[in-house]
Amino acid sequence: MSLEPDKAFMSAADLTADLPPEEETQFVASAGASAAVAGQWTLMLWKFRRQKVAMASLFIVLLLYLVAILAEFLAPYGVDMTRPQYTYAPPQGISLFVTGADGGWQFLPHASGYKIVVDQEAMRRTFEVDPDKIIPIGLFVTGETYKLWGLFESNLHFIGPTNPADTVYFLGSDRIGRDVLSRLIYGTRISMSIGLVGVVISLALGVFLGGISGYYGGALDTAIQRLVEVVSAMPTIPLWMGLAAAIPLAWPPALVYFTVTAIVSLLGWTSLAREVRGRFFALREEDFVTAARLDGSSEMRLIFRHMLPSITSHLLAMVTLAVPAMIIAETSLSFLGIGLKPPVVSWGVLLQDAQNLRAIANAPWLLFWPALAVMVSVLSFNFLGDGLRDAADPYDN
Amino acid sequence: MLSFILKRVLYMVPTLIGMSLVSFFIIQLPPGDFLTSLISAIADSGQSLDSATVAALTAQYGLDQPFYVQYWKWISGILFRGDFGWSFDWGQPVSKLIWDRMGITLFVSTLSLILIWAVALPIGIYSAVKRYSIGDHIFTLLGFIGLAIPTFIMALVLMYVSYKFLGQSVGGLFSPEYQDAPWSWAKLWDLCLHLWIPIVVIATNSTAALIRVMRANLSDELNKPYVVTARAKGLSEFTLIMRYPVRIALNPFISTIGWVLPALISGVTITAIVLNLPMAGPLLLRALVSQDMYLAGAFILLMSVLTLVGMLISDILLAVLDPRIRLQ
Amino acid sequence: MTTDLPTTAPTVLEVRSLSVEFALRGGTFTAARDVGFKLQAGRTLCLVGESGSGKSVTARAMMQLIDAPGRIARGNIMLGGAGAPVDIATLNPRGEAIRAIRGRRIGMIFQEPMSSLSPVHTIGAQIVEVLRLHLKMDAKQARARTIELLRQVEIPDPERNIDRYTFEFSGGMRQRAMIAMALACNPQVLIADEPTTALDVTTQAEVLDLISRMQRELGMAMLLITHDMGVVAEVADDVAVMYRGKIVEAGPVDEVFHNARHPYTRRLLSSVLKLERTSELKQAPAAAAAEPILSVRDLGKVYQPRKSLLSRTPKVAVKAVDGVSFDLMAGESLGIVGESGSGKTTLGRLILRIVEPTDGAVTYRPQSGAPIDVRGLDKQGLRNLHQQVRLIFQDPFASLNPRMTVRQIIADPLVVNRIASGAALEARVSELLGMVGLDPAVMERYPHAFSGGQRQRIGIARALALNPRILIADEATSALDVSIRSQMLDLLLELQQRLGLSFLFISHDIGVVRYFCDRVAVMRRGKIVEIGAAETICTAPEHPYTKALISAVPHPDPRHKRMRTRTHLDA
Repeated sequence: MSLEPDKAFMSAADLTADLPPEEETQFVASAGASAAVAGQWTLMLWKFRRQKVAMASLFIVLLLYLVAILAEFLAPYGVDMTRPQYTYAPPQGISLFVTGADGGWQFLPHASGYKIVVDQEAMRRTFEVDPDKIIPIGLFVTGETYKLWGLFESNLHFIGPTNPADTVYFLGSDRIGRDVLSRLIYGTRISMSIGLVGVVISLALGVFLGGISGYYGGALDTAIQRLVEVVSAMPTIPLWMGLAAAIPLAWPPALVYFTVTAIVSLLGWTSLAREVRGRFFALREEDFVTAARLDGSSEMRLIFRHMLPSITSHLLAMVTLAVPAMIIAETSLSFLGIGLKPPVVSWGVLLQDAQNLRAIANAPWLLFWPALAVMVSVLSFNFLGDGLRDAADPYDN
Repeated sequence: MLSFILKRVLYMVPTLIGMSLVSFFIIQLPPGDFLTSLISAIADSGQSLDSATVAALTAQYGLDQPFYVQYWKWISGILFRGDFGWSFDWGQPVSKLIWDRMGITLFVSTLSLILIWAVALPIGIYSAVKRYSIGDHIFTLLGFIGLAIPTFIMALVLMYVSYKFLGQSVGGLFSPEYQDAPWSWAKLWDLCLHLWIPIVVIATNSTAALIRVMRANLSDELNKPYVVTARAKGLSEFTLIMRYPVRIALNPFISTIGWVLPALISGVTITAIVLNLPMAGPLLLRALVSQDMYLAGAFILLMSVLTLVGMLISDILLAVLDPRIRLQ
Repeated sequence: MTTDLPTTAPTVLEVRSLSVEFALRGGTFTAARDVGFKLQAGRTLCLVGESGSGKSVTARAMMQLIDAPGRIARGNIMLGGAGAPVDIATLNPRGEAIRAIRGRRIGMIFQEPMSSLSPVHTIGAQIVEVLRLHLKMDAKQARARTIELLRQVEIPDPERNIDRYTFEFSGGMRQRAMIAMALACNPQVLIADEPTTALDVTTQAEVLDLISRMQRELGMAMLLITHDMGVVAEVADDVAVMYRGKIVEAGPVDEVFHNARHPYTRRLLSSVLKLERTSELKQAPAAAAAEPILSVRDLGKVYQPRKSLLSRTPKVAVKAVDGVSFDLMAGESLGIVGESGSGKTTLGRLILRIVEPTDGAVTYRPQSGAPIDVRGLDKQGLRNLHQQVRLIFQDPFASLNPRMTVRQIIADPLVVNRIASGAALEARVSELLGMVGLDPAVMERYPHAFSGGQRQRIGIARALALNPRILIADEATSALDVSIRSQMLDLLLELQQRLGLSFLFISHDIGVVRYFCDRVAVMRRGKIVEIGAAETICTAPEHPYTKALISAVPHPDPRHKRMRTRTHLDA
C-alpha cells in the first residue's frame, strides 16, 4: 500500500463539497458571461486592444491617412510653389519664444530666417539658418489659395508664416526652392493611396483566384498554382521595372498612376492567393462546413455564410501586411525614374532628388524626410498587421 | 535520391517555360516592334537602313509572324545557340554583354546569401530560445527596422555614411587606381572595401525576414512533445535544442530560399543601380529606358532562372536533411 | 501477475505533499495540490483521473519537466534505492543532477509516440543517444545494445528497423520503440503517461503486456497515468484517484474498485461499469417484421493512386470500404465497430455521399413513397435525403461554427430549407434546446462558452432540427470524458424512444456500442467480418477477429481481468 495515511482518512463528506453536479447542463453565471455572447469581432477587438504597439501603429496609420486626405489644408504651400532664389535652403528651427530687447521672454512662435554664405572654394552661395532673423508663424493662417479635393476653395492653412509674403521651410527646400514639407504632405496622399488601391486590386485577384483554387481543387487548382509559382519565383524588381518601363512617356499622370498601381498589385496577389487557398483548403475539410453542407446550404451560402467569415479576419491581417510591399514598390520604381514621374508628387518622386551623393551631401534633408516617411508608414503597417494577425483567430487558446 | 532530383527538375520545366513567356511578353510590351524604333533611330542620325537589311531582320526575328512564332525563334535561339538577340543600343549581340555582369551578380548574391544565413540563423535561434528577453526584444526591433527600410534608401544612407565618416569613395567595385590593375592582395582588399556596402544593403531585408521565420518556427518546435522526450532522456539543454528542434526548424528555414532568392536578386538589382556597380541592374535599367528590349528580356529571364536554380538547390538540400521528403 | 509480491517491497520513490502551481495572468492556478504517494519496486501504481485532473502534471514534476510558467511550489520527491536519497523537487530543472536521473534512473513513456519521437532521426539514433550519454558506450556497443533492446520490445527484424524513421513505423511499433528508449538504461522507475491512449484496443493490449513484462523482468517501480478504469483494473497493484489536482482516494486496486469511499471514485466507477452492459433504458426494438429503413448492398470505396511517372514503388489502389452490406431496421440502433483504418468512418460518409461510393447501392425507404436509390440522387434529391438522414460528428469543438451563436447554428438547417422563420423559428430552437437538456436562454451564446458535452448536445439539437428518421453518429461520444459519455448515451436513447429514431452508431468503443446498440457489425480492413445481436457479439463472438478484439478490451474489474487471457489473432 503506497498511500499517505492522512489522505486515506479524509472523510468523504469533506470531499463531496467541491464535486460538481453530475448533470452537465448547468450554467454558472460568471465573469465570462459577456464573453459568452461576444462575437468574433468583439473577441478580436479585445485581443487586439491588449497589444500596445499595434494600437499605436493603428493610430499612426490613421494619422497618415488623415494627412493624405487633408493635404491641401495641412501643407503650408502648394505643391509647385517655387522660389528659385532659395535653392537647397536647410530646415529652419521653430521656437515659441523670442527674447525681447529688455532680456525678457515673449511668446511669439517663429521660424528663423536665412543668411547667405558664399562658399569660396566651391564658388557657390549656400544658405544658413540665422537665429537672429525672426519669421512669425502661426496656426490657421491665410496663404495660397487652393481647392480642397478640387472642390472647396480656401486659403486657410493649418500652419505657415503669419505674413503670406514670408518664406518658411520647416523641412528645407529643394533644388528650385520648393517646400519639402508641403511636397511630403502631398506625397503622402499619392504614396499611401497607391498602397491602399494596390492592395484592393491584389485582394480581389488573390481572393478570387485563391478561393476558386482552394474550393474547387483539381486541374483548375493546379493551373492557378503554377501561375502563382511562376510569378512568385520571378524577382520582383526586375519584373516591375520591365512592366513599368513600358508605360509611354506621353501618358497623362492619372493613367500612369493607375498603371503603376496595377503593376505593383499584379505581383502582390500571389502571396494572398496562396494564403486564401490554404485557408479554404483547410476550411473545406472542417466538420462545421461539412455540417452546413448536410444542413442543405447551397454552395454560395457555404462560402459566404460559413467559410468567408472564418477568413475575413485573417484577410484583414494579410492585407495590412501586404501594404508595405506596395509602398516600397512604388517608392522604388519612382525613385528609379520608371514609376510615377513629376509633376506627380510621391515619396518615391521626392527621393529622386536624392539620387546621387552630391545631392545628399549638400541637402541631406532631401533624403532624410521622405525616407523617414516611408519607414514610419512601413513600420506602422507591419506592426499593425502583426497585431491583427495575432488577434485574427480569437478561438485558439 | 537521383529520381527525386530528376523529378524536381522535370517539375520545374513548366515554371521555366512560364518565366520565359513572361520575359518575352516584356520584350514585346513597348508599343511597336524594335525594328520600327531602330529605323527611326537610324533616320534620326541622318542615315537610313536599306530595305534588304530590314527584310533580313524581319525574317530573322519573325516580326511579321504571330506571337508564338516570334517566341519560338527567340527561345530556340537561346536554347540551341546561346543567342539572346541583338542589342540595338550597344550594337552588339546581347550574349556578349550579359555574362560578365551576370557573373558578378551571382557572386555578390551568393556572398549576400551566406551573410544572411550566417547572421539570421544564430540570432533566430537565440531569439526563439530566449523569447521575450531583452536581447530578443532588441533583435526583434532591429529586424522590424531592417524590414522597413527599402533597399535603395539603405544604399543611399550607407553610401552617404561611408563617404562622410569613412572618407571612402563609393560606387563601383574598385577604386580608380585599381580599376585596370592586375589582381593583387591590395586589389582584393580594395574590392572588399567596396563590396561591404552592397552586401550589407542587399542582406539586411532578407536577414530581418529570416530571423523572424527562424524565431517563429523554432518557437513552435520548442513546444513539441519530442523536445520533452529528449529532455526526459537527460540531454543537456544546449545539446537537445541543437539536435532536435533546431534541426527540424532548419527545414522551413531552408525552404525560404523560394522567396529569399527573388528578393535577393531584386535587392541586388536596385543596389547596383544606386551604387553604380558593374552588375546586371544598371544595364537592365538602361536597356529598359532606351527600350533595348532583347537585352532587358535576357536579364529578366536569366535572373528568373537564377532563382529557379537556387530553389532546386534548396529542394535538394531539404531532401538531404529531411527523410520525410526523401523517402516519400 | 504481481499481486503476490509482498507489499513491503522497497520504496523506490516517494512523493510527499507535492504542489505544482502555474502563474497565470489572473493569479495562481494550482494544478496539483498536496499530492503524495509511494512507488515500490516491482509494483505498479495507477494514477487515474479525467482530463484536467492534474495527473500528467504530477508525472512531469517527478522528472522536473514542467514548463514555465509552472513550477513545483512545495513538497518532496524522494528518489531512493541505490546510493544516497535525492529530493528531485529541490534540483535545478536545467542542472546536471537531474539530467543524471532522467533517462538513467527514471524512464518515461509518452502518449503520442508519433510526435514524441523526432521525425528526422532514425529510431536507432534516438536510442543509441541515451546509451552513449548515460552508459558511456561507444558507437558499436550502443548499436548492438539497441538492436538487443528492439528485439526485447518485440520489434521484428531489429537489424533493419534500427535504421528506419518514425513515420515508417506503425503506431504500436513506435510505442515499442519508445519503451525501448525509456528502458535502455534499466531505470529504477518507469513513468508511463497515457501510453496506450492513442492506440487501438488490440495494440493497447499488446503494449500493456509488453510494459508489464519488462517491468517484471527489470523489477522496476511503475507509475502509470491513465483515464481508463479498464486499464487500471488490468494492470494496477495500487490506485490513486486524482480529481481537480488532489488525490481523493488511494489504495490497493481491489479495495478501490470494490470498496470505494470517495463519491467521485464511486461516480467514476459507476459510469464505467454502466457501459459494461446493455442500457436499462433500452427497450426491445420494433417488430422484427418491419422493413429495413436503410439497406446497404456491396458498398465500396476504392481510392485510385495518383498516377506518377517517376514513382519508385508502384502504388496500389486502397479499398477503404469493400463490399459492405447490411440493413438498418426502423427504430433500431446498429453499431459499427472497428479499429482505426477499418473504414467505419468512410462507411458513414459513403451512405450520406459526403464521399462518393465507387461500388454498390444504398437504398433509403421514406415514410411514404417508393424506396430511394441514394446513389442515383441529384443535388436536390440528396438535399432531401440529408433532411431525413443526419450526421452527428465526433469532435464537438470542430463541428460547430465558432462564429455563429447557438441560435444561428441550430436554426441554420431550418432557415436554408425554408421550414421556419421569425417567432416560429425561435420557438423551434427553444424546443430543440430543451429536448437536448439545455436551457433555451443560452441560445444567444457562442459555442466557446460551452463545455465539450454541452457542445455535443448543441450538435444533436442541430441534427434533430429537421425531424430526421435516421441519425448516423460518428464516434459521437469519443471526445468526451467517461462520466459525460454515459449521460450523452442516455440522452440519445431517450430521444430515440421519443422520436422513433434509427441509429447507425459508429464507434471504436465496444462498451459504448454494447450499451447503446441492438445489433453490431464488426469491421476490419474495409469489410464487415461479423454482424449480429449486440449482446452476442460482445459476449460470444464467432469470428476470430471479433474474438481477439472483444477479449482485448480491458475489463474494469481487477477480479476478472480479461485482457491477459485474451484470444490472439494470428495474422
